[in-house]
Amino acid sequence: MRKLAMIAAVALPMFGTAAFAQETVKIGYIDPLSGGGASVGEVGYKTFQFLADELNAKGGILGKKVEIVPLDNKTNPQESLIQAQKAIDAGVRYVTQGNGSSVAGALSDFVTKFNDRNPGKEVLYFNYAAVDPVLTNDKCSFWHFRWDANSDIKMEALTNYMKGVPAIKKVYLINQDYSFGESVRTTAKKMLASKRPDIQVVGDELHPLLKITDFAPYIAKIKASGADSVITGNWGQDFALLLKAAADAGLKVNWYTYYAGGTGGPTAVKQANLNHQVFQVGEGIPNIDHKPSQEFEKALRAKYDFSLFYPRAVNEMRMFAAAAEKAKSLDPVKVAAALEGMEWDVFNGGKGVMRKSDHQFFQPMYISSLGERSEKEPFDEEKTGWGWKMVAKIDTAATELPTTCKMERP
Amino acid sequence: MLELIVISTLNGVLFGMLLFLMASGLTVIFSMLGVLNFAHASFYMLGAFFGFQISRWVGFWPALLIAPLLAGAIGAGVERYGLRRVHKNGHVAELLFTFGLAFAIEEIVQIIWGKSPVDFRVPPLLDFPAFTIFSTNYPAFKMFMLAVSIVIFVGLLVVLKKTRIGLIVQAALTHPHMVGHLGHNVGRIFMLVFGVGTALAAVAGVIAGPALVTQSNMAGLLGPILFVVVVVGGLGSLPGAFVASLLIGLVQTFAVSMNGSLAGAFGPLSPDYAATWLSDIWNVTIAQIAPIMPYLLLVLILIFRPMGLLGTRDT
Amino acid sequence: MSDLASSAAPPLPAAADKLKFYGLWLAVIVALLVLPKLFSSGGSLTTFSLIGISIIFALSYNILLGQTGMLSFGHAVYYGLGGFLAIHAINIVAKNKFAIPLPVIPLIGGLTGLVFAALLGWVSTRRSGTAFAMISLGLAELVASSALILRTFFGGEAGVSANRTKVFRLFDWSFGPQIQIYYLVAAWTLLAVLAMYALTRTPLGRMCNAVRDNPERVQFVGYDPHVIRYLAFCFSGFFAGIAGALAAINFEIANSAYLGAVQSGTVLFATYIGGIGFFIGPIVGAIFVTILSLGLSDLTPVWQLYFGLIFIAVVMYAPGGLTGLLMMHRPLLRAGTLTRVLPSYAVAFVPTLAMITGLMLAIETIVHFTVNPGDDSHIKSFGIPFDAASPYIWAMAAMLIFGGFYLSRKTWTRVAQAWDEALSSARDKGVAA
Repeated sequence: MRKLAMIAAVALPMFGTAAFAQETVKIGYIDPLSGGGASVGEVGYKTFQFLADELNAKGGILGKKVEIVPLDNKTNPQESLIQAQKAIDAGVRYVTQGNGSSVAGALSDFVTKFNDRNPGKEVLYFNYAAVDPVLTNDKCSFWHFRWDANSDIKMEALTNYMKGVPAIKKVYLINQDYSFGESVRTTAKKMLASKRPDIQVVGDELHPLLKITDFAPYIAKIKASGADSVITGNWGQDFALLLKAAADAGLKVNWYTYYAGGTGGPTAVKQANLNHQVFQVGEGIPNIDHKPSQEFEKALRAKYDFSLFYPRAVNEMRMFAAAAEKAKSLDPVKVAAALEGMEWDVFNGGKGVMRKSDHQFFQPMYISSLGERSEKEPFDEEKTGWGWKMVAKIDTAATELPTTCKMERP
Repeated sequence: MLELIVISTLNGVLFGMLLFLMASGLTVIFSMLGVLNFAHASFYMLGAFFGFQISRWVGFWPALLIAPLLAGAIGAGVERYGLRRVHKNGHVAELLFTFGLAFAIEEIVQIIWGKSPVDFRVPPLLDFPAFTIFSTNYPAFKMFMLAVSIVIFVGLLVVLKKTRIGLIVQAALTHPHMVGHLGHNVGRIFMLVFGVGTALAAVAGVIAGPALVTQSNMAGLLGPILFVVVVVGGLGSLPGAFVASLLIGLVQTFAVSMNGSLAGAFGPLSPDYAATWLSDIWNVTIAQIAPIMPYLLLVLILIFRPMGLLGTRDT
Repeated sequence: MSDLASSAAPPLPAAADKLKFYGLWLAVIVALLVLPKLFSSGGSLTTFSLIGISIIFALSYNILLGQTGMLSFGHAVYYGLGGFLAIHAINIVAKNKFAIPLPVIPLIGGLTGLVFAALLGWVSTRRSGTAFAMISLGLAELVASSALILRTFFGGEAGVSANRTKVFRLFDWSFGPQIQIYYLVAAWTLLAVLAMYALTRTPLGRMCNAVRDNPERVQFVGYDPHVIRYLAFCFSGFFAGIAGALAAINFEIANSAYLGAVQSGTVLFATYIGGIGFFIGPIVGAIFVTILSLGLSDLTPVWQLYFGLIFIAVVMYAPGGLTGLLMMHRPLLRAGTLTRVLPSYAVAFVPTLAMITGLMLAIETIVHFTVNPGDDSHIKSFGIPFDAASPYIWAMAAMLIFGGFYLSRKTWTRVAQAWDEALSSARDKGVAA
């Protein structure tokens, strides 16, 4: 009985995992495609598919078609490792992932150990959205490349903007109680203290991740503190509910955020009626006066019902193709070598560079606010009628931070 | 200080009433039928999505009536064709049945309405601040929510204690055979109770939907907090659930407003221990642990007063 | 009285039974050794290892649910803590170069589970039933939340990682390759399964069953049900800790997901689906659920729906779990009347299969049109390509569902009849049902 079940057991996951000859370049997309995180993961998957189609229309990479293999990790680190193992069995040499720093940490660790133990079968890990600074500092790996600005870089860009706004006097910090929220709050305090010592941090709150249904008490605290600006790394429902509670209570502050543009974010901002009071730091928005990126945006919106949330994914895929062409090989070791130190004209215009010492990509950062549009802003978000407006651009050089990475190269 | 106390009390009561609104249906099902209905939050979600869809077509107020009826009908169907069959196999089977149901409902909602949040808004009629205290607005919709909770509480209490049908329901729970011999259809009573419970969940969904986020993961995110309300209040006790909701709302809200920590009370920890787990405990603030307090309350209540606050029988 | 004595303490097995018993274990060992030779890819080895871990975990859970009658919503606490301690142990051993080889580490996890079960168990096992279930739920939430607050020990949501190859090596086994991990897990699974089987044969195991069935009687004969529940709880925590440690070794990382509600829910699922009334039930369930959760998401995007429906179906139609379904046939097999039922099974199988196929076809088509409305309608699900826009597909799905439903209702009535006949003739032959 047991043996029979076991044989059936193995037969199931074995479907289609026989290693085919490398006719295609397979990129394993490991992110949540079911469960709570699925709304974000699905947008990412479709974005990558769109990018693969773009590459394939131009003849693929080194004449080979690009294929995105979706692998559902259910936002669980262990599950991600199983999926990575499956992907490797199926002949995948490149994996990409973004949602959740805990998953990213586990994956980076897994890929590093796997490559160490299986020389000749190396796998590269492209990170497009996990922003924990540790991945390009203390726990950096030669096999990990990050296209998203890590949370410290974003804070560096944000505080570089804030230091020029004299109206900001009292800042309140509210973040989710986990490593990302923690790093937002500590870096914010440190950077504000050195760049604008006159700014008072009047509150510093951590709340449990995705467990709060009513933010009214937190809003009451913010109100009592007399803050004029709030910095938050909140995302998902923690962001939407925070804004709703603020609007209900009539709290008038400016919100400096990381993820106001995430799925559901613009809807929440519109519902709370915070016209140009919510700011986001990121590597690009649709409404930047840059022709190629606007055309890309139009094509994407014509096909799917979402806007481009991941300009970094565009950089990632295009740079990967360029690196492979440059190395004239799809061998991950050679591609990795070609990517190191690579300079690139980024999606929204301007220069970016994949820094060799820690595999962190540096690019121009934008501060933007969401609200009513003028003619200069053709695109709205989530059918709200409101769109992003550029408030400031921080050049690549003003975002660079030192790293503690001691890269071990093969 | 006065400001903080007044605002926190108000917020606590409002949150508590939201909890009661969500938990009232579960109280009916869990404490009367003894079914650990893990799909309760799914019916709450169904209510929110039905409400969203119907309010698109005919407006919020009809939706507030139709959505619960629909969800209640589905609930009654689930009891009639699913749970009743499983009932004879014991509570664990019932529980797993509702587990499976929760999975299926979540995926069906995702198939129909997608995975992203939908734009479910507060009706314009209630979209204004009701009053302002210490320059904090309290929106009319929240007052409406409060009113609905109280109406449900009083209504359920009256139905259960004062009407004939309430008496039959109570009797059917403890002595189903006797009630059956008296000529009542016990199966139909159970179906009715389950239908009403799920309809109440859907009422909570229609009302909480616009106030919170209406998304396919809202059921999962609600978590087991509703069970805490019912058990802390005492199984079978509606007033108990009411008191427990208020208590949890107030405890959590006041905890959030406090910044105290061991480090604040006794001074910072000596640097020798800075990198040990002791420093985590030392520096954690009361506000940080506020949302896990209900679970602490649950464990303590079950240890020291297993029948719950106002319960009469052992859980 | 004599009846009771004989069921409480079974007579010593005959030589033939003994042979059968040891032969079975030997066969399992051989199977475990041969398995990796047949399926050698990294993915299948990982799958086997996970199945082994989940078997230990599910069996440990069944000590509570099946044998002592305690429904726990927080069994992952002991699994997770075992995993964390194991990871910390690996790191400490590697750093200080202690002469402790990796195969011993799961014992540390087990002891951790034991210690925490002993600490938390006394208050929670005072009552069984809903009170116990709810305390376990509350404790699970508390521990899982503390894992995010006590960062130094639990490493926040990123968790703690380790490198298993840096531990002291015995016989030059590095435990880097998955195959070595497979053998490690297989050995521990075998050991743990044997130990837990032995536990059910001890007086304690028997008293656990008594506590489950009638705690008052247990008090009358002079035992304290609380103490027995507590002991069962401790054993259960110990084995859960071993499973957690093995998982930690397999993934080389421990994080808060180990302690979470999903983990607790999965083990409850696996145990119940397999069948809580039989010792091998949880083993079957662990295999089934692990495969399902690993494989289903590759086949269809809406795997959760199927997952939910499968569980609803099992709970409704196979209350004794999968094992229960098989064990139902034992009296027929013994009486030799099984052949009378089989033809009606074969008849009922066809329309039922048709109905399920139709249902799946309908689900996949609907999903295609609601989730990816703009895409090419030639889709592929469960490895079979078809055109979702074609009216034939819609008609076929409808026909399969309704036709299948109608016919399967008819045929299953016949199965029931055949079953009754076969069973009554088995009774006539003197085989107890």
